[in-house]
Amino acid sequence: MITVSGISKSFKVARRSSGFGSAFKSLFRREYTEVAALSDVTFSIGPGEIVGYIGPNGAGKSTTIKVMSGILVPDGGTCSIMGYTPWLDRVQYVRNIGVVFGQRSQLWWDVPVIDSFELLRDIYDVTEKEYRSNLELLTDTLDLGDLLRTPVRQLSLGQRMRCEIAASLLHGPGILFLDEPTIGLDAVSKIAVRKFISAINKEKGVTVILTTHDMSDIEALAQRILLIGKGKLLYDGDLAAMRAKYGAAEGGETGGGSAIEEALVNMYKEYEIS
Amino acid sequence: MRLFGKYLLILFKSQMQYRTSFWLLTFGQFFIPFSVFAGLYMLFDRFGQIQGWEFFEVALVFGVIHMAFAVSECLARGFDMFSTLIVNGDFDRLLVRPRSTVLQVLGSKFEFTRFGRLLQSLIVLIWALSKVEADWTLMKGVTLLFMIASGVMIFTGIFIVIATMCFWTVQGLEIGNILTDGGREMAQYPLNIYHKWITRFFTYVIPFGCVNYLPLQYILGRTEGSGVPYMLAPLAGCLFIVPCLLLWNFGVRRYRSTGS
Repeated sequence: MITVSGISKSFKVARRSSGFGSAFKSLFRREYTEVAALSDVTFSIGPGEIVGYIGPNGAGKSTTIKVMSGILVPDGGTCSIMGYTPWLDRVQYVRNIGVVFGQRSQLWWDVPVIDSFELLRDIYDVTEKEYRSNLELLTDTLDLGDLLRTPVRQLSLGQRMRCEIAASLLHGPGILFLDEPTIGLDAVSKIAVRKFISAINKEKGVTVILTTHDMSDIEALAQRILLIGKGKLLYDGDLAAMRAKYGAAEGGETGGGSAIEEALVNMYKEYEIS
Repeated sequence: MRLFGKYLLILFKSQMQYRTSFWLLTFGQFFIPFSVFAGLYMLFDRFGQIQGWEFFEVALVFGVIHMAFAVSECLARGFDMFSTLIVNGDFDRLLVRPRSTVLQVLGSKFEFTRFGRLLQSLIVLIWALSKVEADWTLMKGVTLLFMIASGVMIFTGIFIVIATMCFWTVQGLEIGNILTDGGREMAQYPLNIYHKWITRFFTYVIPFGCVNYLPLQYILGRTEGSGVPYMLAPLAGCLFIVPCLLLWNFGVRRYRSTGS
């Protein structure tokens, strides 16, 4: 369903040393350093999988999501998702995916949620019948009933995130990209979001790619994890194996985190990416 | 087009959440060009005419240009404010939706408060039309509409070009205002009162001349020979938007390959 092979991407970052002189100089001539955000990333994901995509900040998670959702064009490599190359057939391709950026809203801030949903229906050209049934399912499972008539700016973060996820599924996509969907949520909302992701995966067979820093998200949802660090894919395998390998290895020091987080820290250490 | 209407509806609902601010801004927008127009009036009151142009003839040009500017500021506000879309990352969001970026950027913002400006220019236009000496025919009426429509295209084109620059610099360029505000201030007078090089620039590079000076000759019956080329001049103005859109698409491609 998703095949990513040999994707690489580098950014030019303007570099200058501190001080007024160099700030002034940079007005005219800038020095750039190439930073490899992704180098030779290869993996494939089958239909109906939930994959946790993890790695420290700046490892390249978001860049990968952006490449896979057609926002960015990589420097090299190929990517085929449901038969499309995301960056070539952008308009056709994005009809089949849903994207949630945890840090950014896709809803119209000042109007009731339902207005945003209806505009999205028109943007995605969803038929009335499909829209009705999707909306009904989403309203029930995410418990949106009362929220739909509330302006987005009056929602709490947890309520908003539920609406965001609903918004990205209105057109019935086969793949859902979630970029830190539980960031900043309280325990109740987190669990509601997790439950929903798992339900939509089971009932509708939606493939989910999830990035997060919260290992309990991964533990609750993903059977398989991809670990990326400094732009390289370091680990691709199932969660249980990772825990078995790294979890007990250095059982001596407990930093107070849960077992899974410790396993991750050990893993970061081994790959020297922390 | 229908979708654009839906975009407008939701933006209008948003705007209505802030009613007081809406009315104050609309009121303000009514009076800004009004003061400019008052200046124009006093100028003519003192000097009678400029290069053979009477007050109401100039007022007609003023009305057309300000109307075009107001309409395009309403419509193309998304491009005018495009740098914010880039800076807070909302442009990424547009790229994961199955619609053209141009439509989505246009639909991202619509400045309803510019109706004040629109109303003001409409009043000036109607006043000028009732006083100006011309034999009105259907063709002249059509030409007048062309002038406004073409003016909208040109201003929108400029907004698009300036927005495209954001793909390279991220920050909006104040230099763009030279072309939009400056262009508007220049083009509210018939172009032949300026130096040759200014006239040329605003005829061949940014074709404001095609929306005011040339067709105005036709409306006022001052053309020698056939009036058709003069009448069609605004259409040439419309073509201005084509390279602007091409440049835009080039910019979007660059954005997607640099991610800056």
